[in-house]
Amino acid sequence: MKLRRVRAVVVKEGLQIWRDRRSLIIALLMPFMQMLLLGYGVNLDIKHVAVCTFDRENSQTSQSLLKHFQASSYFAVKHVLDSYKSVTTALDRGDCVITIVIPPDFSERLRDSGQSSIQAILDATDDNTAAVATGYAQSVVSGFSDEVQLQFSGIGGASVAAAAPLSLEARVWYNEDLDSRNFIIPGVVAVVMALVGSQLTSLTISREWERGTMELLVSTPITSMELMIGKLLPYFAIGMLDATFCLGIAVWWFGVPFRGSLATLTLVTVLFLIVVLSIGYLVSVTIRTQLGASQIALILTMLPTMMLSGYTFPIDQMPDFIRPVTYLVYSRYYLTALKSIFLKGSGVVDLWFPILIMLLYAAAVGTWAARAFRKSLD
Amino acid sequence: MSESAIEVAGLTKSFGSVTAVDHLSFSVDRGEIFGLVGPDGAGKTTTVRMIAGVMRPDAGTIMVDGVDVVTDPEAVKPRVSYMPQRFGLYEDLTVDENIRFYAEIFEIPRKLRIERAERLLAASNMLQFRQRLAGQLSGGMKQKLGLTCALIHAPRAVLLDEPTTGVDPVSRRDFWRILFGLRADGVTILISTAYLDEAERCSRLALLNEGRVLHCDTPASLKAKMPGAMLAVISPSMRDARDLVAKLPGVENVLLVGDGIHIHVDDAARRIPELTAALNAAGIVFEPVRQVIPSVEDLFVSLTEREEKAA
Ligand SMILES: Nc1ncnc2c1ncn2[C@@H]1O[C@H](COP(=O)(O)OP(=O)(O)OP(=O)(O)O)[C@@H](O)[C@H]1O
Ligand SMILES: [Mg+2]
Repeated sequence: MKLRRVRAVVVKEGLQIWRDRRSLIIALLMPFMQMLLLGYGVNLDIKHVAVCTFDRENSQTSQSLLKHFQASSYFAVKHVLDSYKSVTTALDRGDCVITIVIPPDFSERLRDSGQSSIQAILDATDDNTAAVATGYAQSVVSGFSDEVQLQFSGIGGASVAAAAPLSLEARVWYNEDLDSRNFIIPGVVAVVMALVGSQLTSLTISREWERGTMELLVSTPITSMELMIGKLLPYFAIGMLDATFCLGIAVWWFGVPFRGSLATLTLVTVLFLIVVLSIGYLVSVTIRTQLGASQIALILTMLPTMMLSGYTFPIDQMPDFIRPVTYLVYSRYYLTALKSIFLKGSGVVDLWFPILIMLLYAAAVGTWAARAFRKSLD
Repeated sequence: MSESAIEVAGLTKSFGSVTAVDHLSFSVDRGEIFGLVGPDGAGKTTTVRMIAGVMRPDAGTIMVDGVDVVTDPEAVKPRVSYMPQRFGLYEDLTVDENIRFYAEIFEIPRKLRIERAERLLAASNMLQFRQRLAGQLSGGMKQKLGLTCALIHAPRAVLLDEPTTGVDPVSRRDFWRILFGLRADGVTILISTAYLDEAERCSRLALLNEGRVLHCDTPASLKAKMPGAMLAVISPSMRDARDLVAKLPGVENVLLVGDGIHIHVDDAARRIPELTAALNAAGIVFEPVRQVIPSVEDLFVSLTEREEKAA
């Protein structure tokens, strides 16, 4: 590989990016808008989930638990019910999405065995809301007690699988104020970075095909690797700027606490960026029209990041046959790493696994993209 | 090192059911300007692309400067320059930036690049446009810039695909002057063209039709195979004119072109008055008969007709 040729491509691509001022501005503004859009969009969705309560015990403990639901801004307590019949009616009428039922022996069992359970009855017509509501209910419940583990079990048609208490604990432990925005925003950063990163590079090769400049380029001695690195570097710079914006908005606008080190954050962000830029580049190499490339890149990055990274649906609540698939979703690792760095202050050592996976991913996709580029018109 | 600069044998390339290049063979000597001449779709572009190593042939061999292009296309790329039919430079980069980019890709030392760019731009009267975006150049200037970029690494051979199509006469002259200069320096030039007047400036020509070489010879010998002259008559009633003219003595064949007819005659001086008289007598409206340079189509028609007659 000749550094001189890489530099030539960097300069050329950089000049083109600079002269295409409109695209450059979009590339720099897009993360702003998406962060705000998704950041607020998500918050609107999940705040004030309608909840009904049915306290069959009416003890001090049970009332105190229900107060937690009242206090949480993620729930709006709509009705206090007094029979299963009214529970059914409330759910049927759509008065609430979830009903919390406290059994008559709630505090008794808690006292005797140190364990107890409450029931959550869900309206599962909207899977997404139900999943989110369950997640919140779990958080509220585990937030309720530091020393006693609570479990809930479902009844009726809609049931809640007994959640692994440890994962519950973890959620609340590092997010004492139960502000789910702190969980959501790092996810938004990952989504926006996946989108922006892959879009940045998805056009770079197809543009050369469409404008007819590729025919001349492939007649020169430039190698596929030189071309790829030369083209990725300027976009990497823009991507890092975008990442800075996104993370800055997360901290200063949405007020997500940042407990980790900047070095660790930079490392995982660089790795993730390399992965998404390479995916965009790979698409660009494979699809020769700009429109096609941009759309395929969107599908390849947004879809898995939105659906399978744990951003929208908690991974532990996914069906068994889908969960293994999430291990293939690169955004999952960035999401995990971001949350840990932000909320737990995890360092490189704690995050060795996601870092390793992203490293392997970057190497694999990069190599694949370099190989996929054929210096030929056939 | 006495072998040909470019040696093509049995070259074949199909796209689906279309055989674009069909068992093509020819060889180009060192330092000659070799013309590939043929009508649209004859397979010129496909041939040049395969020689440049940017397209793989289905069959056949290509040797450029002793390098086997088919087995090792990358080895040929530092030695030759290819100028595609469609403008291949970056329209959003300036003249200088384009030149610099290609010089860097070919690893030309800075000093050498500055010196060569100066000389090449001066030769094509482009010095005052160095800071202009390539997209804002005229068609002729674009092609001259293309040639400048192609020559910045002083290649042993240059492959030019219809470089002067749609180029103004002044730029065309600049272009050919540079090509003659290159030939004087011993650079091999393979050029495809659809213009016969340009073809005449080549040292040798291969006439291509439907992917095959019809003739491969010097322009003089090819023209000798088409004696006589080409006359043009512009007329609104060109079909009537054709039917009338075709029966006259000394007319080899008549071809409808655009707004009139091309008439291949044995002797221009003798036939122009005869034709004029005949057309007037028939009451056909027409502009004065003039002699024109035969087009590639004319040459093809007359050569293929002669072959048919001979067969
Ligand atoms: N990439 C391709 N895919 C499919 N068919 C092609 C391709 N390139 C060329 N052809 C076909 O092969 C034949 C030869 O085309 P080619 O471009 O080589 O001719 P040409 O002599 O350069 O013509 P022109 O004067 O129009 O440039 C044509 O029939 C063309 O349609
Ligand atoms: Mg062509």
